[in-house]
Order: sequence, then C-alpha cells, then structure tokens
Amino acid sequence: MKPFAYVKPADVEAALHAAATEPGAKFLGGGTNLVDLMREGIEQPQTVVDVTGLPFDTVEDLPDGGLRIGALVRNSALAADPRVRDRYPVLSQALLSGASGQLRNMATVGGNLLQRTRCLYFYDTTSACNKREPGSGCDALDGFNRSCAILGVSDSCIATHPSDMCVALAALDAVVEVRGTGGTRRVPVTDLHRLPGDTPEIETDLAPGELITAVELPPAPADSRYRKVRDRASYAFALVSVAAALEVSDGTVTLARLALGGIAPKPWRAREAERLLTGGPADEAAFRRAAEAELAAASVRDGNAFKTSLATATIVATLRELSQEGAVR
Amino acid sequence: MKVNGDVAALDVEPWVSLLDALRERLGVTGPKKGCDQGACGACTVLADGVRINSCLALAVQYDGQEITTIEGVDHPLQEAFVRNDGLQCGYCTSGQICSAIGMLAEHAAGMPSAAGGSGALTEDEVRERMSGNLCRCGAYNGIVDAIMEVAR
Repeated sequence: MKPFAYVKPADVEAALHAAATEPGAKFLGGGTNLVDLMREGIEQPQTVVDVTGLPFDTVEDLPDGGLRIGALVRNSALAADPRVRDRYPVLSQALLSGASGQLRNMATVGGNLLQRTRCLYFYDTTSACNKREPGSGCDALDGFNRSCAILGVSDSCIATHPSDMCVALAALDAVVEVRGTGGTRRVPVTDLHRLPGDTPEIETDLAPGELITAVELPPAPADSRYRKVRDRASYAFALVSVAAALEVSDGTVTLARLALGGIAPKPWRAREAERLLTGGPADEAAFRRAAEAELAAASVRDGNAFKTSLATATIVATLRELSQEGAVR
Repeated sequence: MKVNGDVAALDVEPWVSLLDALRERLGVTGPKKGCDQGACGACTVLADGVRINSCLALAVQYDGQEITTIEGVDHPLQEAFVRNDGLQCGYCTSGQICSAIGMLAEHAAGMPSAAGGSGALTEDEVRERMSGNLCRCGAYNGIVDAIMEVAR
C-alpha cells in the first residue's frame, strides 16, 4: 500500500477542513472498500481522513414518520434496527443480502453509498479501464462481461454499481445529506450517482471534500421487498436485484416503486415501469408489460444478454409476491 | 490496544492492517492471511466482541479496542470442531471459530439474517450467517454440525 498521512478529526468542521486543505485527501469509514482499493493501488490518497469518530452513528425518527440515518451507522446495525425491519423491510433485506456478517459489522452507510464498482477490469490494473485510467479504453466491452450493466451504459464503461443498500434507498426515495465547507445540501439518492457517459471516472454528484452525513427516508410505503439473484446463495454480488414497494386497492395498483440493482452503473429507479403500473391492474400480465417496457432500452453484450430476461422475471416475481402478501389495503 | 487480555503498545504506520500488526508486529499468528481482500474470512478476529475482517481494518482505526484472536479463545466450539471434523487442513479454522463466536452473539442479540429471521438457529441460518468464512477443503458439513452442537 502506498504510504499516506492519517488524521482522525474529532468534529465535522475539522474533517471538512482537513479534506479541503490536505492534498489528495480521502474520507475513510469502515474501510471495507477503500482499504482494499488502496492495497490494489487503484486508490492512492495522500491523506486519509478517518471520519469514524464523528457523531453520525444514530438512527432517529423524523416528525413526519420518516427516519434519519447517520452516515456512520454500520450496515449490520441498520439492518437490525426494529424500525427499519418493521417499516422499511426492503432496506433491511437489501443490507442483509450484501457482503458477509463480518463486512456488515464494519461497513458504514456513507461508505456503502460511495463504494466503487467490482468490475473485474477496474480491479485488474493491467487491463484497460476508462474509470480507473481515463482514456485507456474498456476491456469489459468485448471481455468477460457476464456481470456488467445493460441499462445506462456507454461505449466507455459498462460497469455496475455493486450496492444492494442503494437499490433499496432508490426505491424508498431516500435523500442524502451532504456537508461541505460551504454548508449543507440535500440530494435525492437517485441523483447522487451519475451515468458514465464519456467520463466514467466521475461517479457521483459530490464535489471534492464534500462529506455524506446522513440519509433521510420519507414515510414508508405499505409493504416493500428486496429480491436478489446471484451465482451463489450468499456472499456474492447481484446479477440482478429488485427493490419494490406496492400498494393495491380493489385490484388496482395505487402506488408502485421499483428499483433495480446489478444491471446499471447506478442504482436504477425504474420510472417507466412505475408509470405503467400505477393505476393499472395488479396482475401478472401488467407486471410483465411494465418490466419489459423498462428493459426495452437494454444494451447487451455477449456475456450479459441473459440479464434482460432475468431482470424481467425477477421484477414480475417480486411484484407478484408483494401483490399476494399484505400489500392489499 | 488490548490483544487477548494483554495491553499491547504498538507504534505502527497508518497503512498497516490490523492483521499485519497482529501477525508481524506482535507475533499473534492465529489470524491467517488468506485472500487479504475480505473475501475468505480466514483473518476474522473479534474487536470489542464484534467479528471483523482484520485484513481490511487499518490497525490505527482500532486504537484502544480489545482484540480477541483464536489465541485468546477458550470456548466449547474448539472441541466441537475437533469432534465433528470441522476442518481438514485447518487454515481457515481460527477464522471460522472467531466468526462463529461473533455470529452466536449476534444471533443471541436478535440480529436478523437473509435466511429468514432471528428465531431459532437452524442449519440454514448457520450457513447464511457463516457465509463470510470459506473453507477450500469443504469441511462445511462438519463446521455446521460443530456450531449446531454448541448452539443447542
């Protein structure tokens, strides 16, 4: 690992100051992604600003019935929080489907939001990767691209965003609180991550030195669910995942929220499918039409063409489950 | 930090992992370096009782904490692993046992899992909750039996 300076600020002002003034500074949370990337030489910060001493490690009720989650809450603690389990099951399920027990004990909410892709070519420093080394090309395009994205891709990058948690947050209309030396701002989680376009190295809307301090959830939908499909039963990244919430009244869908993981460079909010579902019948044919419409724009490669039908089937299965269990109010 | 009950005063560079600090600086070689990227779990230790991957932990982040490695463990799981053939080569075993101790504590505290819930610990639950510890010898059946025996 390339040597770096280490600071552990006691308050957020000191953390923001360090990030703004220390050259090549990077925030460190639980370390499960950044330490790995530093060891591989992919990330080479000159200064690491350890933010785990900051007081952002609580989950609090909001007056409107929502929830405020500190950016330093560990993934395991958030998954186990009784309010999350009761009101936002999709979020608890997504967290529990990610990584391993040990990693969930370390990983933070803020770090999870900012984790980088697991694309094989991003990790392999002998390969061409526009995200790691802008302008070098993309070996995934005609390489082993089974895990790569099919929506929102460009000719320069087809890497997926690896998070499960973020897919649930996208379906829940979460808002990310961001602090910089200039003040605090709020970003819908669906606007936090960027599509690659010609600049896949720019992954988020954050300015240098800005720190995620919290995530806020609006009041919960009636029922929600996370379904993940992967190559082994546990401890693997998603090939396809679906976060969904559905409310049905007299057989008609009154609310539909749908987000997809494993198929795009960012947590993919399926707004076209939601538009088609809302006001329509809560039946399998309608679920399938909505899923197919969302996937119509898919741009597949040799290795990942299967994801179109897999995503369609997973969306239909998840909506079917929700429509049959408890969502009818 | 405290390691297995003893105070260990360490002066390490910030880029030294907890695993390297334990193994190379303190001679505590129970935690193993398998993948060094958080994929295998052989480096699992307990930090203030919580299981973590010590290879992805910077030692400086655990300043002042109490680290427990297999050397500091005295638990019925150890004999249960032997009785149930929960190992073949043994390389993953120290991580398996530290992970299982942390896992049983999580389950007792009501931590849910992707296998369904926080009710009675079933074999499916054990397999899901222990999925962060790989065993290339494939001693999984024995590992699950050992953990189930102690959990009962």
